[in-house]
Amino acid sequence: MLLFILKRLAQSLLVMAVVSAVSFSLFNFVGDPVNNMVGQDATREQRAEIREKLGLNDPILTQYVRFMGNAVRGDFGLSYRIRRPVDQLIMERLPATLELVFVSAVIALVVGIGLGVYTGIRRNTFLSRAILSISLIGVSLPTFIIGISLIYLFAVTLRWLPSSGRGGTVDLGWWTTSLLTLDGWRSIILPAITLSLFQLTLILRLVRAEMLEVMRTDYIKFARARGLADRSIHFVHALRNTLVPVITIIGLNIGGLIAFSVITETVFQWPGTGLMFIQAVDFVDVPIMAAYLCFVALLFVLINLIVDILYFVVDPRIRLGG
Amino acid sequence: MTDLLTITDLDVEFPTRRGTVLAARKVSLSVAPGEVLGLVGESGAGKSTIGNAIINLLERPGRVAGGQILFEGQDLRALDEDQMRKVRGARIGMIFQDPQTSLNPLLTIGAQLVETIQKATDFKGNAATDHAVGLLEAVGISEARARLKSYPHQFSGGMRQRVVIALALAGDPDLVIADEPTTALDVSIQAQILDLLKKLCRERDLGVIIVTHDIGVIANIADRVAVMYRGEVVETGAVAQVLGAPRHDYTKSLIAAVPRADTRLHRFTSVDYIEGGAAQASRIDIKSHWLGQGRKADPDRAAMIEINGLDLSFVLQGAILRKNRKMVHAVDNVSLTVQRGETLGLVGESGSGKSTVARLIAGLFTPDAGTIRVAGQDVTTRPDAPEAKRARRMVQMIFQDPYSSLNARMSVRDIVAEPIRFYRTTGSESETRKIVGDLLDHVGLGAQAAERYPHEFSGGQRQRISIARALASRPEILICDEPTSALDVSVQATILNLLKDLQEELGLTMLFITHDLPVIRQMADRIAVMRHGAICEVADTDHLFADPQHAYSKHLLGLMPRMEMLTPVQTPDPSNVPA
Repeated sequence: MLLFILKRLAQSLLVMAVVSAVSFSLFNFVGDPVNNMVGQDATREQRAEIREKLGLNDPILTQYVRFMGNAVRGDFGLSYRIRRPVDQLIMERLPATLELVFVSAVIALVVGIGLGVYTGIRRNTFLSRAILSISLIGVSLPTFIIGISLIYLFAVTLRWLPSSGRGGTVDLGWWTTSLLTLDGWRSIILPAITLSLFQLTLILRLVRAEMLEVMRTDYIKFARARGLADRSIHFVHALRNTLVPVITIIGLNIGGLIAFSVITETVFQWPGTGLMFIQAVDFVDVPIMAAYLCFVALLFVLINLIVDILYFVVDPRIRLGG
Repeated sequence: MTDLLTITDLDVEFPTRRGTVLAARKVSLSVAPGEVLGLVGESGAGKSTIGNAIINLLERPGRVAGGQILFEGQDLRALDEDQMRKVRGARIGMIFQDPQTSLNPLLTIGAQLVETIQKATDFKGNAATDHAVGLLEAVGISEARARLKSYPHQFSGGMRQRVVIALALAGDPDLVIADEPTTALDVSIQAQILDLLKKLCRERDLGVIIVTHDIGVIANIADRVAVMYRGEVVETGAVAQVLGAPRHDYTKSLIAAVPRADTRLHRFTSVDYIEGGAAQASRIDIKSHWLGQGRKADPDRAAMIEINGLDLSFVLQGAILRKNRKMVHAVDNVSLTVQRGETLGLVGESGSGKSTVARLIAGLFTPDAGTIRVAGQDVTTRPDAPEAKRARRMVQMIFQDPYSSLNARMSVRDIVAEPIRFYRTTGSESETRKIVGDLLDHVGLGAQAAERYPHEFSGGQRQRISIARALASRPEILICDEPTSALDVSVQATILNLLKDLQEELGLTMLFITHDLPVIRQMADRIAVMRHGAICEVADTDHLFADPQHAYSKHLLGLMPRMEMLTPVQTPDPSNVPA
């Protein structure tokens, strides 16, 4: 087990090194940073001075090592546009994104697994077929269209829910949450549903396929032959066995939720890191882009590490050896 | 003695798009308490269907169409699903074939036992746990209380089947239906499990229905036997009578096809009831035929395979430090010689390393130490040298599972022609096609089989395709790795006959690997017995069976199913003996 985790950690470090190299190269390939920092009327000397101060005249490798050293400490420099430390900016925006991702992950998991089990067991009922047909919409429609449709229906036509923003937030000192106010909950519903829909259908279909597979196995047949109740067979014996492959996909997809949140946050003007990233792209604010890249990669790597460790918890065959 | 279960005129049908298939037709059976009824037949005979029909667990869309199932005076067909669930486990227990797959891998055996006990009996809480311990002890699992916390994968195959039996008995049933309970197990384990079933049957006055394709199992355990053929019971009676003096023609042919350990026959008696057995294979004159051309081995050379001090270990569990790694010594200092034209049998239980030796010879594994010479050419020191590759071409393998060893997306023609095209051993495509047709004809499938795909063929026919494919490389050495283990006895007999004929006509050298002693008795000239990766004994076949030297050989021979009650061996019909 230790060996396994060490191997995974080594792989994760490699991934992070590659991503950081890509983020670093942004500084050199996406325009001249000095142009972004000084005004039109800056003199040649002023430019050279800033260049020297930022260490842009050092060899590229030295710059990269310096970038890495700072990045490890969470220091990504100043935003070109807002002139504030990037790590602070991210930390301010992070709670909004994480809460959105969390709520939509919960929706996707609960609804996806629930409907997946149902359609897997009662596969020939009208309701199952209806669920499967509707779920096609979730896979085939792009996120922004779903988001805009939901806004049109619930915010514009019915006027039940707000169309944008986070609503009322409560500042806990280190975390600003919108989950403690009714207004905040009303605001998160639409973006969370929009964000979760794609993952939900994916999980639904995966759980259903796995469930169909597991229900055909000998141990389920043997469980039935022992007279066990359907509820126990479905939820104790079958569901757990479907989870091993499902966990893999869920792990990858929670990372995907963060990536997709860029679009959802834009549509709903949700003040999270995704929206910040899009604005940074507009203004070629390289430090934010680089930091966001590293941050998303880190999340992906961490989630996948957790997923690998989850295998040990779920499957005794891996935990205890053959 | 009143009967526990009486089935009268049971019909089971499977409606399909092309009309209804009758899986069981007018089946009548009865089992008394304390009695073992054997239900024997080949695949597709409908024997498992009967077992599933009794407890109403037929695969959809199958359904019972007619007849009566009386269990302890109660008509099981009249019960609804809820009532049926109370019968399952509590009054009728089931045991399935494969202990690897019949236990839930993610739950401890304790959890599975206790759940079943609480559902089917009045034991609750700690009493249920105690009862589970008692059951595990009853099926012969030591340190039962501690083992409740173990997961299925921590048990060996035989132990797992004991757990399955304990689970089947958890509800204290009066009838146990065992569907091929020992087919997936080694011979020595098989004997133990059968003894256990018999003991439990006597002690608890259980009625047992044992469904199997294996006449040996029936001979060992059953009191009465019912023979099934294509959904019908063709013969029922006491075991000694049915096996010793069968009345129905099918029973006669089935018993004739069982490989015997007592004497060696030149050929298996061929029987009309067997699927695919009727096609007559064409004969080949090796001197003029394509198969005889391009032979590479020196015809005067006696030793075709020479193995010297072969060693191979696998890593079981990785670790950072070399000394912490768990290794298994799969092949341990094995030395063997196979002479031209002889069949060497390699016998052992699962995990003995016999298949690994075959794969080493075929070049699928690289040995850690030792040398392999094929027709005098060293193929291990420089495995990629052109001479080594040429030597390896003389060796072809036939694998155990005819379902997974053929590419389902390729037509039979492409499968058989692949080695011919790869080695460019023919001048033109039309010649290739002609040879493929010829080969298929020769293995008894007929040239028209080339247009079809593997899924259209039965297990025995697929094994014939595998043989044709092996022949297409013009081999001089054939390695058969359990070629008939997945097949029915009657089909096995025809395949073994085919292999014998081929060897005779083509002068092939064979390495025949199996766990089945009666089969090897019929096939091999000499036998090597393997255990834990090492060779225990090499002896002439007749010698080994008459007077085994090594303790393990004696043990293995002692485990063979007793066949005395079978009809005495008839002198083969002279018309069947090849000239």
